[in-house]
Amino acid sequence: MKKIFQSEWMSRSVDALLPVFATLAALLVGAIMLLFLKVNPIEAYAALWDGAFGSSNAVAETLVKATPLLLVALGICISFRGNVINIGGEGQMVVGALLATWVGLTFLDAPGWLIIVLALFSGFLGGALWGGIPGVLKAYFNVNEILSTVMMNAIAIQLMNFLLRGPMIDPSQELLASKIPQTARLLDIFQLPRLAPTRLHLGALIAVVLAALVYILLWRTTLGYRIRAVGQNPNASHYAGINVPRHMVMALLLSGAFAGLAGAVQVYGVNYRMITDGSASGFTGSAGFNGIVAALFGQLHPLWSIPASILFGALLVGANKMQRMVQVPSALVIALNGLVVIFVISSEIWRRNRQKRRLVAVREGESPPQQDQLEVQKEEARQ
Amino acid sequence: MKKIMSILTVLLALSLVLSACGSPAPAPAPVAEEATQAAPETSNEAEPEPAATVETFRVAVVMPSSINDLAFSQSMYDALVLIQTEMGGTDYFDFVYSDNMFVVDDAAAAIRDYASQGYDLIIAHGSQYGSSLQEIAPDFPETSFAWGTTVETFGQPNIFAYEAASHEGGYVNGVLAASLTQSGVVGVIGPIETGDAKLYVDGFVAGVKATDPNVTVNVNYIGSFSDVALAAEAANTHIAAGADVMAGTAQMVVGAIGVAKENGVLWVGTQSNQTSLAPDIVVANQVYRWDVVVKEIMDLIAGGTLGGKSFVITLENGGEVMEYNPGFNLPADVKTLADQTIQGLIDGSITITLP
Amino acid sequence: MITDLLSSTVLIGILASGIRLATPYLYAAIGETFGQKSGVLNLGVEGQMLLGSFAAFYVTFRTGNLWLGLLAAILVGALMGLAMAFVTVNLHAKQGISGIGFYLFGLGMSDLLFQKLMGTVETVRGFPRVSIPVVSGIPGIGDIFFNQNILVYGAYVLVPVAWFVLNKTTLGLKIRAVGENPDAADSLGVSVVRIRYFTIILGGMLSGIAGASLSIALLNVFQQNMTSGLGFIAVALVYFGGWRPFGVLVGALLFSFVNSLQLWIQVLGLPIPSDIAVMMPYVLTILVLVATASKIRSPSALTKPFEREG
Repeated sequence: MKKIFQSEWMSRSVDALLPVFATLAALLVGAIMLLFLKVNPIEAYAALWDGAFGSSNAVAETLVKATPLLLVALGICISFRGNVINIGGEGQMVVGALLATWVGLTFLDAPGWLIIVLALFSGFLGGALWGGIPGVLKAYFNVNEILSTVMMNAIAIQLMNFLLRGPMIDPSQELLASKIPQTARLLDIFQLPRLAPTRLHLGALIAVVLAALVYILLWRTTLGYRIRAVGQNPNASHYAGINVPRHMVMALLLSGAFAGLAGAVQVYGVNYRMITDGSASGFTGSAGFNGIVAALFGQLHPLWSIPASILFGALLVGANKMQRMVQVPSALVIALNGLVVIFVISSEIWRRNRQKRRLVAVREGESPPQQDQLEVQKEEARQ
Repeated sequence: MKKIMSILTVLLALSLVLSACGSPAPAPAPVAEEATQAAPETSNEAEPEPAATVETFRVAVVMPSSINDLAFSQSMYDALVLIQTEMGGTDYFDFVYSDNMFVVDDAAAAIRDYASQGYDLIIAHGSQYGSSLQEIAPDFPETSFAWGTTVETFGQPNIFAYEAASHEGGYVNGVLAASLTQSGVVGVIGPIETGDAKLYVDGFVAGVKATDPNVTVNVNYIGSFSDVALAAEAANTHIAAGADVMAGTAQMVVGAIGVAKENGVLWVGTQSNQTSLAPDIVVANQVYRWDVVVKEIMDLIAGGTLGGKSFVITLENGGEVMEYNPGFNLPADVKTLADQTIQGLIDGSITITLP
Repeated sequence: MITDLLSSTVLIGILASGIRLATPYLYAAIGETFGQKSGVLNLGVEGQMLLGSFAAFYVTFRTGNLWLGLLAAILVGALMGLAMAFVTVNLHAKQGISGIGFYLFGLGMSDLLFQKLMGTVETVRGFPRVSIPVVSGIPGIGDIFFNQNILVYGAYVLVPVAWFVLNKTTLGLKIRAVGENPDAADSLGVSVVRIRYFTIILGGMLSGIAGASLSIALLNVFQQNMTSGLGFIAVALVYFGGWRPFGVLVGALLFSFVNSLQLWIQVLGLPIPSDIAVMMPYVLTILVLVATASKIRSPSALTKPFEREG
C-alpha cells in the first residue's frame, strides 16, 4: 500500500510538472522562430527569465500579472465544472471595473477601507450581473452561452467607451482639447495597499485566499456539489431533485463575479482609474481570455490555478521584457504564447494516460467521475 | 492525496508572495542594477564605440499600435528615423521601441523598465499612458519623459507633454473636401468619439461648413481602432449616401481607403502620409511631424531642462504639415484656396469654432 | 429624419452592405458548423482567418494573381486545420482551449509575417464586382444581390451546398453520426478520426477563404489583427443558427443588416450616441434569439474527444 502511495506521489509530481515541460518544448519551437529573425535565442530567453523572475521587482510584476488571471481562472473553475463555457471574462471584467470605479469616484468622504471593501464588492456584483444575464438566457431561454458571452463582451466595450467619454469622464479632461476617455484618478486612500516597494498589491493575497474559498465552495458546500452535479449530468441531477436551471445561472453568475472582481482589483491595485483605448484588452490585458487558459492549465482546480496563473503571468511579463531587450516584434510574443497554450493543452494526454494506468494499478476507483456520481447519490439521499 | 498537494501549492504560492514582499530593496534599486548590464548591448555590441567623442542620445518609445500602421504610431516612428538620419546614425541618436503596447498595464512596465535602463528620453506615445507616467516619473528624477497626446505635465519637472492641433489639418482637409465634392456630400470616419480623433473630425466638419454650408458632412464612428472591416463598410455606406470625398482618422481607416480606391472616391488623410496606399485618389495628408517636438525636447534636455513644458504641434510651428499628393491633379484654384487656408490658420486670420 | 431610413437609397444601401458584411461570417461559420456537427468546437477560427487573410494578400501582392492568392489562403487554412485536427483528435486536447491557442498563434504569426515580408500597409486590386447579366439590371434588387464580387456570391452558394452535403449525402450522415454518437458510428465502421480530420480541415479552409474575402475581395488591404473579433462572432453565429446552414445564414444576415443599419443611423445623423449605435447588432442578435427561443440541441458529442473503448 505504501509503495503504491509513493509511486503515485512520484507520478503525480511528474503530472504537475508536465505544463512546465510542455512550455519548454514550445519555447524550443520559439527558438527556431527567433533564429529566423536573426536573434540569439539564449539571449532572448535569458531576458525572458530575467523579466519574469530576475529580481524581486520582476517577481512582483509577474505576480501582479498573475492576479487577474487567477481571479478569472477561479470563476472559470466554477463555470467549466458546471459545464458552462464562459468566454465573457473580458466584458465581465470591464463591467465590474466600471461599477467599482463609480463607487470610488462617488463616495469621496468615506473611509478608505470601507470604499475598498465596497468597491471590490461592486466589482463582484457588476461581473455577476454581466455573467448572470447569459446564465439566465441559457437556463431559461436556451440561448447558448458562447454566443451570448461573445456578444456581451462587445456590448461591454461600447458601454465603457460611452461612459468614459461622457458621463464618467475625468472632469479635468472635459476642459481640454484632448478629452482623453478616462475617469478621474482614485484618491490615494482608496487604493489597494501595496505589499512591498513594488507594484505588488493586496489583490494578489486576496486572490490566493479566494482560491482556497473556491476550493471549499466547490468541494465542501452543497452549492458546489450541485453545480458540479449539474455539470456532470444534468438529467441525473434533475431526477435527484436539483434545480438545474438555477444552478446553471449560479455557475455563470459566480464565474462572471470573479472576473468582475478581477476588473475591480486591476483598477484599485494597478491603474487607479479607468482608461479606454476602444478595446477591452487595453484595460484587461486579455486576462478574461488568458484566465481560461490558466484555469485549464490548473486542471480546473482552484488551488492548482495558483501556480498555473503564475506560470502564465511569468510568461507574459517575461515575453514583454524579451521584446524590449532583443527588440523582437511583439507579434512573435503573441504567437509564442499561442504555441505554449497548444503545447500545454496537448501534453495533457500523457497525464491522462498515466492516470488511466494508475487507475488500473490501484483499482480503488477514486476517479473523479465516479466520486462525483457518489456525491450526486448522496445529494439524492439528502433530498 | 489531493489535499496534501493543495496545501503544498498554497504554501508555495504564499512563500513566493512573501519572498517578494520580504525583499527590502526599494523598487528602482534592483532594476537599476540590471540597467548597467543591459545598457551596453543595445547598440554598441556590433561596432566599436566611437571613442567617447560623441555621446549617443538614447531614446525609448512605447506605442499603442504597430510602427507601420500608417497612422498615429507610425508618425512617431517615422519622426525618430528621420532624426536619426539627420543626426548621422545610431552613434549619435539611437532609439528602441515597444509597439502594440495597447495594454496600459504592460506599457507601464515597459516605461519603468526603459527608465531603469538609463535612456535619456522615454516617450510614452499614447494618451492612455498618462496615469502610469505620473507614477513612474518621480522615481527617476534624472530621466526625461514625454507624453502625448495631451498638454498635461502633472507639474512634474521631468515630464514633457505634446499634442497635435489635429483640427487644423482637419479643417484644411475639410476645405479641400468641400471644394472637390461634386455630389455635395462628403463622409468622415472615426474610431471612438473622443480625443485626437474627435478633434480632427470636428475640425474637418468645420472646414467643410466654412467653405460651403450646403455640403452635407456625414460622420461615422465605428467604435473601434482595429475593426478594418467595419471601417470599410462605413466607407461603403458613405459612398451609398452619395459621398465622393472621404476622410478618416486612426489606424483602421486603411480599410476605408481600400474601398475609396476601389470606387474612385477621393480621400484626404491624416496622421501619416497615406498616399502610397492609393496614389490615384489620395488628395493630401495632414502629417504629424513629431520630430519638431522631439528635437525641441532634446535641446531642452541638453540645456538641463528635463520637463515641465508642453508642446502643441500646429501648422504654424511646422509640427503639422499638409503634404499634397504630387500624383493627384489638384485644380489650381482649390490648391490656392487650401494654401490660403493654411496661411490663414497660421497667421490667425482664420479661427476654427469647434462644437 | 427617421423617415430618411425608409428611403429607397438607404434601404438598398443597408441591404447591399449587409450582404457584403455577412460574407466572411458565412464562410467561417459554415466551416465551423461542419466541425461542430462532427463534435469538434474550434475557437481558433479568428487565427485561421488572419493567417488566411495574410496569405491571400501576400501571394496576390507578389504574383498579381487573385486565384493563386485564394489558393494560398485555402492551403494555409488547411494546414492550420490539420494541426488543429492532430491536437484535438489524436492528442485529445480540450477543444475550446486549444482553439484559443491557435487563435493567439494566428494573431501573432500573421502580424509577424506581415512585418517581415511586407513591412508596410499596401493595397492590391481585389476581385472585381461581377454584375450578373439580366438580374443585375433589376432596380434595387440588382444593386443589392447581383452586383457584388465573386467571393460574395460564393458565400451564398456555399449555404445550400453545405445544407445538401450535411443532410442529403452519406458523408453528411457520417458527419452527424460522429457528432451525435461516435461510439455507435465507430461500431458501424465509420472512421471517427477520418471524419473529424475532414471536417476540421474543411473548416480551416473555409476560414482561410473568409480571411481572403476580406483581404483580396472586400477591403483589399491587410493590417495586423484586421479581423478584430470577427472569427468569434462567426462561432457565435453557429449557435444562433442551431447548427443548420440556413440558420447560420439567417444569423449572419441579421447581424450584418443591423450593423449596416447602425452605420446608416450615424450617417443620417439620428440623435443616438455612436457607441450605443455600435452596440445594436450585438444586442439585437441576443434579443432575436431570446424571442425565437428554439429548442435545438447541440450535437451530443460536441467537445468530447473520441476514444475507442478497450
